[in-house]
Amino acid sequence: MLKELFAKSKKKYATVPLDREKQDVPEGIMTKCPSCKKIMYTKELVKNQKVCLHCGFHHSMSSHERIEYLFDAGSFNEFDKEMISVNPLQFPDYLEKLEKDKKKAKINEAVVTGVGSINGYQVSTAIMDSNFRMGSMGSVVGEKITRAIERAGELRIPFIIFTASGGARMQEGVLSLMQMAKTSAALKMFSNEGGLIISMMTHPTTGGVSASFASLGDINLAEPGALIGFAGRRIIEQTIHEDLPEDFQTSEFLMKHGQLDAVVKRTELKETLTTILKIHAPGGEWL
Amino acid sequence: MIYELEFERPVTELRSKIKELKEITKDADVDLTVEIETLEKRLEKLEVDIYNHLKPWDRVQIARHPARPTTLDYIPLLFNDFIEFHGDRYYGDDEAIVAGIAEFEGRAVTVIGHQRGKDTKENIRRNFGMPHPEGYRKALRLMKQAEKFNRPIICFIDTKGAFPGKAAEERGQSEAIAKNLFEMAGLKVPVISIVIGEGGSGGALALGVGDRIFMLENSTYSVISPEGAAALLWKDASQAKRAAESMQITAPDLNRLGVIDEIIPEVKGGAHRDANVQAEAIKDILKRSFNELLPLDSDELINQRYMKFKKIGEYEFEKQPEGKPKEVGQHS
Ligand SMILES: [Zn+2]
Repeated sequence: MLKELFAKSKKKYATVPLDREKQDVPEGIMTKCPSCKKIMYTKELVKNQKVCLHCGFHHSMSSHERIEYLFDAGSFNEFDKEMISVNPLQFPDYLEKLEKDKKKAKINEAVVTGVGSINGYQVSTAIMDSNFRMGSMGSVVGEKITRAIERAGELRIPFIIFTASGGARMQEGVLSLMQMAKTSAALKMFSNEGGLIISMMTHPTTGGVSASFASLGDINLAEPGALIGFAGRRIIEQTIHEDLPEDFQTSEFLMKHGQLDAVVKRTELKETLTTILKIHAPGGEWL
Repeated sequence: MIYELEFERPVTELRSKIKELKEITKDADVDLTVEIETLEKRLEKLEVDIYNHLKPWDRVQIARHPARPTTLDYIPLLFNDFIEFHGDRYYGDDEAIVAGIAEFEGRAVTVIGHQRGKDTKENIRRNFGMPHPEGYRKALRLMKQAEKFNRPIICFIDTKGAFPGKAAEERGQSEAIAKNLFEMAGLKVPVISIVIGEGGSGGALALGVGDRIFMLENSTYSVISPEGAAALLWKDASQAKRAAESMQITAPDLNRLGVIDEIIPEVKGGAHRDANVQAEAIKDILKRSFNELLPLDSDELINQRYMKFKKIGEYEFEKQPEGKPKEVGQHS
């Protein structure tokens, strides 16, 4: 359901083209860039971290692809992999939809959490995955992220969150809303201890995820061209009856309005994160 | 004049029938005592039938009743010497949120609440109770002020949601809400949040990270409005009634889901029937909460508040580790 909404809203963006999911699977030898329409070898696209070789468009990336690109080989330890959603509101078809996405995305939920190192710097991380229920946040997403934050506190290492989410998971109703408070409270506890929080927003980061942990980094970063915002574009247009700028709610728009520390290209992310981690942790750990 | 809601029409009709008979008795020389008594008994039963078995959609109607008491209606009934404070110090003053200091039972407190209008003109000024970022930032400014002077904070939640607008996005609606959730979790003074009307999504939650969360019996608290949910689920906003049921948004629902601490009973038919009596019920629960929360030191307070939110949610583990009982996450 959120998916349809999402697909519709996506069609509105010239800068954020649709059909990202299809581009996800590097099955074909060739891939057509949805932004510049140029055709390139899939192998080369993947080698370039799925950033278009011609126009720089950032193709969608799964949580495990991100881990592969960003973390030192063999350093990533996943936690709470077996945590799965239940159906607290007895919502029709919810469990079936979860099962379908488990098979499709080959993950158990919309976030992968763990501890790994980036050029030797150990971090606790939560990486959202829009392939699973559009990355929406239900009880499991909230709980896994909360545990990842607490783990960062226990190990006294930084916490990095990669967001990719359409917002709250409708089928879990108010329980999903409360995950915003839970994760934000966990970040506050961690922050009080002096922990470093880095938020890396990727396409899309909207609704309840945007209005909680995504915006709570000591350092807030975003990938180029990502859709980031609180309310849906269509709802805003219907409410205020005026046309919105083309770049509305993109990373660049947020940057212009002072909401981000930096827009960072995927191909430069590892280096940027390494520098930030190095400056915050002279001895490889904080304090 | 308080208008009647659809579901309570039988009550209204019977009530006016009784009134009619009483008028007749007064003017003419007839004795209708028996008839009136019979009807009054029937009315009593009918009221129990209707008001004790409110459907989710009935409660949504009560929560949205134009005459339902708002934050500014309750303030003079609960507090002395309320002074309203304005502005976020960055951009402006958002009248969709009112805030200030007051005295409650001899104790200094900070009071913050969403504020919708009572008529069109006021609604435009208050943006129908839907805040912009500056509203949330004003609320946070006054929460931090309360913390400095060791004043407990009372928040009244009553909004359809944060305003979905261009300016709101430009000024960082997401960040404003997120920052409130984050900072409220760390406040060193007691925070009590009460949903008095509609509690719509993140815009409501931004005043809702409290040590105690209460809901008036006929208020709602949800991740999305019934209309929004219906549009998403069935592509049909007119299915809102059905969505109100499946989304589980009423006070009894939230109590069962372990999200709120307690339901504050409402005056029969809804708080708008008697704001004074309703305020008394709120006053009782505030007094009780203060007695529980004021003895706690700030570390205990913050820790309990965190644990309170941490336990919200339901999940399980796919495979159980050898020899370990299956771990199931749930509220208590
Ligand atoms: Zn391209």
